[in-house]
Amino acid sequence: MSKSLNIALLGNPNTGKTSLFNSLTGLSQKVGNYPGVTVEKKEGVCKLDRTTEGYFIDLPGTYSINSSSIDESIVVELLLNKNNKDYPDLALVIADVENLKRNLLLFTQVKDLGIPTILVINMADQMKRKGISLDIPILEQTLETKIALVSTRENTGLDELKKLILDYGIISNKPLIQINSIDKKYFENLENAFPRQSIYKLWLIITQDANFGAIQRTLISDISKFQTKSKSEIKRLQQKETIKRYQFINGVLKKCFQIDKASATDFRSKLDRVLIHKFWGYLIFFSILMIIFQSIFSWSEVPMDFIDNCFNYLSSVASNNLPSGVFTDLLSEGIIPGLGGIVIFIPQIAFLFLFLSILEETGYMSRVVFLMDRGLRRFGLSGKSIIPLISGTACAIPAIMSTRNIESWKERLITILVTPFTTCSARLPVYAILIAVVIPDGYFLGFSYKGLMLMFLYLIGFLMALGIAWILTKTLSIHSKSYFVIELPNYKIPLIKNVALTVWEKTKSFVEGAGKIILAISILLWILASYGPGENFNQAENIIQKKYPELAEKEIELKTNSFKLQNSYVGVLGRSIEPIITPLGYDWKIGIAIITSFAAREVFVGTLATIYSVQNDDNDTIKNKMASEIRKDGKLLFNLASGTSLMIFYAFAMQCMSTLAVVKKETNSWKWPLGQLFFMTILAYFISFLTYQILS
Amino acid sequence: MIPLSQLKFGENACIESTEIDKIPLKLIEMGCLPGNFVTIIQKAPFDDPLYLKVDETHLAIRKETAKFIFVKLIK
Ligand SMILES: Nc1nc2c(ncn2[C@@H]2O[C@H](COP(=O)(O)OP(=O)(O)OP(=O)(O)O)[C@@H](O)[C@H]2O)c(=O)[nH]1
Ligand SMILES: [Mg+2]
Repeated sequence: MSKSLNIALLGNPNTGKTSLFNSLTGLSQKVGNYPGVTVEKKEGVCKLDRTTEGYFIDLPGTYSINSSSIDESIVVELLLNKNNKDYPDLALVIADVENLKRNLLLFTQVKDLGIPTILVINMADQMKRKGISLDIPILEQTLETKIALVSTRENTGLDELKKLILDYGIISNKPLIQINSIDKKYFENLENAFPRQSIYKLWLIITQDANFGAIQRTLISDISKFQTKSKSEIKRLQQKETIKRYQFINGVLKKCFQIDKASATDFRSKLDRVLIHKFWGYLIFFSILMIIFQSIFSWSEVPMDFIDNCFNYLSSVASNNLPSGVFTDLLSEGIIPGLGGIVIFIPQIAFLFLFLSILEETGYMSRVVFLMDRGLRRFGLSGKSIIPLISGTACAIPAIMSTRNIESWKERLITILVTPFTTCSARLPVYAILIAVVIPDGYFLGFSYKGLMLMFLYLIGFLMALGIAWILTKTLSIHSKSYFVIELPNYKIPLIKNVALTVWEKTKSFVEGAGKIILAISILLWILASYGPGENFNQAENIIQKKYPELAEKEIELKTNSFKLQNSYVGVLGRSIEPIITPLGYDWKIGIAIITSFAAREVFVGTLATIYSVQNDDNDTIKNKMASEIRKDGKLLFNLASGTSLMIFYAFAMQCMSTLAVVKKETNSWKWPLGQLFFMTILAYFISFLTYQILS
Repeated sequence: MIPLSQLKFGENACIESTEIDKIPLKLIEMGCLPGNFVTIIQKAPFDDPLYLKVDETHLAIRKETAKFIFVKLIK
């Protein structure tokens, strides 16, 4: 018969909980070198021996059980609610060996809750470099627990850890600190009022209510009536508790923890003096951004052209070699071009994620938080908002979730509302193709116009986010306390495995996600574009022949095809919305692409590719097809004015259903996402209109 | 005794007292307790926020918080 154990992974932020979770369960949850990477509860299974399965629960990092933000409160709620299905049989507190003292604070708290607790000391690989030596047996004795010394980076100590987990029964669950010693009388009263409860648990519920708002606890005893102390008095007691715990920890560490200052290098402080310097820090930050945009553009040009040509070739192979018929047409005019419009962007997406994950893994991200805090505060945001704003360049959805570690509700709400303005990776394909088509070649101070345009688009997204944040700060009347405390992690050399994995996973999910959508859309589009209602569609050839009797056969065919397309179902639909978008410089085909890209922005190019293939199957690349598309008045459809206006539209419009859903989830109301949708669409329309009118 | 916000770059100090109602509990738990050593590693423009090392922990706080932590210089 098999047993199962619930095992919670707790610990300070950035100590490697998720790394350990991934090693044990074989999953690949996001890891990064800054506090607050994990913001949700995640579960995974690991077989511990033949008969026991461990259900591991990865949790957000916390400095203590007293929570001050949403992600931290997830931990408290789990630990205080015995009826939660995930309530742990056993807790692992993961500590960073370099900062053992502070990590032990949480350990003593968890242990005092009466949960069997194993201490996992991670990053053992760093001990030598930092000159740290530890006496594990003494530490085990004084902390009344079992200890595993592991390094998830070098994969050491995991088997020993599994053995300790299986033997968790022998760990004492006696508290280490007598909580009632911080205020005898108060705790005596508490004990008398609730005789059958754990006194430390009661105390946690009281402090949690006082400091962060009532936690959800349907089945925890209701002690809201027991409020005999003011908030300020409770906080004083908490400080007393903290001091008491640290006294205990200092006593323990004196006996078994040694650090040899001489062999410890202080590399980080030296690097920090430069990287967050008043002047150099900013210069370096902006240079890094410049380099990223330039390389996203120039490095991916060659592979993109290559992929574009491959898909053309595939299309022509399909149409030349397969027996002609509806299916072949669907394949060569619908599906292949549609998929090509996605796959072509793999190089850019991969580069973007490569840079982002290097920034996250080195620890530079937290330095940016420091550099930007004061600037962002003026706009009603917190330094911590920079993480959603930067990681929003990948995708707004995880970015919005990562706001959970912003303490102030107002700053958090505003960050959630403006994050969709950041240029996400789904916009990159749209920008990339439009820039390639409408922005001329040429260099300015060594930077290509194309790269600069891309940087400009990212910049206006960011500036719009700031501007709107500023307006929201002035108009929303929400009062919440704002403070800012952030730990700056040590620099780390990025682990190639982690970086490669992130790039691979993200690129794969980009292709799969967008691929599925475009597959469905391109089939639908092809059908709608290949059939049409009424005389105009069915008699297209005759009508054109009558109208232009003097033209050569080739020209007649071209004219017929585009006339047919105009009168197909999709053409009729597109032309009915055309009046709305003509002032922005678009034609009905772009209109259709804007509508389909509501499902996912990146299908914009795929949609156009399918429509153009139906119209004209001369097997040219997507880029060339776009560049040669002619408007009604004989001018090029994609010119500087219409192209820029389209990019601006994509920069500001809220075109993503999944983002709306996640905003609803994080704000708990439809009010905010619907407001975003309405407001951002109007804004995008208006600014694109101005852009087109000024440029043309 | 001076507020931490007036500590200069590179000076070493020891925390004397904190105004408990004005600073977040998290800061206390991260080691901002009387008796612990503190140094300033870097300051952002306008001295805000401050980058400190308190008792082995490297952290950043805003000036408005640093005003309520009082320290004594050590030579
Ligand atoms: N040197 C070294 N680095 C490690 C080790 N384990 C994890 N790391 C690094 O530590 C950083 C943090 O790892 P995570 O697993 O994201 O930490 P976490 O505890 O889940 O962090 P939060 O979710 O933010 O609370 C990453 O940069 C890891 O690569 C280790 O054993 N040795
Ligand atoms: Mg994590």
